[in-house]
Amino acid sequence: MLDDFIQWLGATPISLRIQEVFWIIPTVQAVHILAISVVLASMAMFDLRLLGFAGNRNSIASLSRRFMPWVWGALIVLAASGCILIIGEPKRSLGNVVFQLKMCMLATAIAATLGFQSVLKRDLAGGAADLAPAHAAVAKITGLLSLVLWVGIAVAGRLIAYTS
Amino acid sequence: MFERFLQWLESTAPAIAISESSWLFPGIESVHVLGIAMVVGSITMVDLRLLNLNLRDRPVGELIAETLPWTWTAFGVAVCSGALMFSSNATHYWGTVPFRAKMLLLTLAGINMMAFHATIHRSVDNWGRRPSTPWAAKLCGGISLGLWVGVVLLGRWIGFV
Repeated sequence: MLDDFIQWLGATPISLRIQEVFWIIPTVQAVHILAISVVLASMAMFDLRLLGFAGNRNSIASLSRRFMPWVWGALIVLAASGCILIIGEPKRSLGNVVFQLKMCMLATAIAATLGFQSVLKRDLAGGAADLAPAHAAVAKITGLLSLVLWVGIAVAGRLIAYTS
Repeated sequence: MFERFLQWLESTAPAIAISESSWLFPGIESVHVLGIAMVVGSITMVDLRLLNLNLRDRPVGELIAETLPWTWTAFGVAVCSGALMFSSNATHYWGTVPFRAKMLLLTLAGINMMAFHATIHRSVDNWGRRPSTPWAAKLCGGISLGLWVGVVLLGRWIGFV
């Protein structure tokens, strides 16, 4: 099933075009790395605050407002450039165990972030100035999980080139 | 003379271990990407503030003081991992255009940073709390952003030649 899809995708005109033009893959990979820089740095700042290691003078709510738009914006660039790379080299990516692992980690990281954002939103809607103290443990777990997952995602991304 | 240094570098024990191992290079490269991501991400935050494009409510001096330790730590990681990768195939890398161009852009980024700190940053307490920044700060931020985008692009290119 997956093999059929990979074969079909690899034979589409757009895929062939990406494979033929020598500069598309390196350039899109560079864009992909630039976008992950923005996600990693923004997410790390936010996660370290959730863990209480950095930026403790700022409220969690204000850091969320500051960093989350950049995370979501850069994620769109990541997804778009990632799609181009998949279309250009479907076998190298879709058929690769490390790629599949990377997508699982990505889905988990996004789910954890969305979950935490909804907890934060509810606390703020309830009139609190910041995340409710009762949710301190949730913040720490989310921060650690997200930090580990994003490091894992970046590492897995690079390792796709070396596995099959 | 320099050729001989590169050859010697390739013959050192770590360099041989990296070029002979199947997992050392990818492992070090992953660390390199993580380091670069933190360097570029943290510098981008400051550059965008200098360009007036984000974090406009944050005092510039404070933002720089907070991000700089992260930038330098990550830069140290990127330099060490980069040097290890370079040593494994030094004569090859030295001969490639993207590697040389990347080193040139890194040098220019360093000069730009020093120029910023030696000039407009000295008076950051006077202008850093305003949402809008002086033209010299915008110029340094714009140059820095352009140079680091170039560094990432050329860095990725090294793997394709």
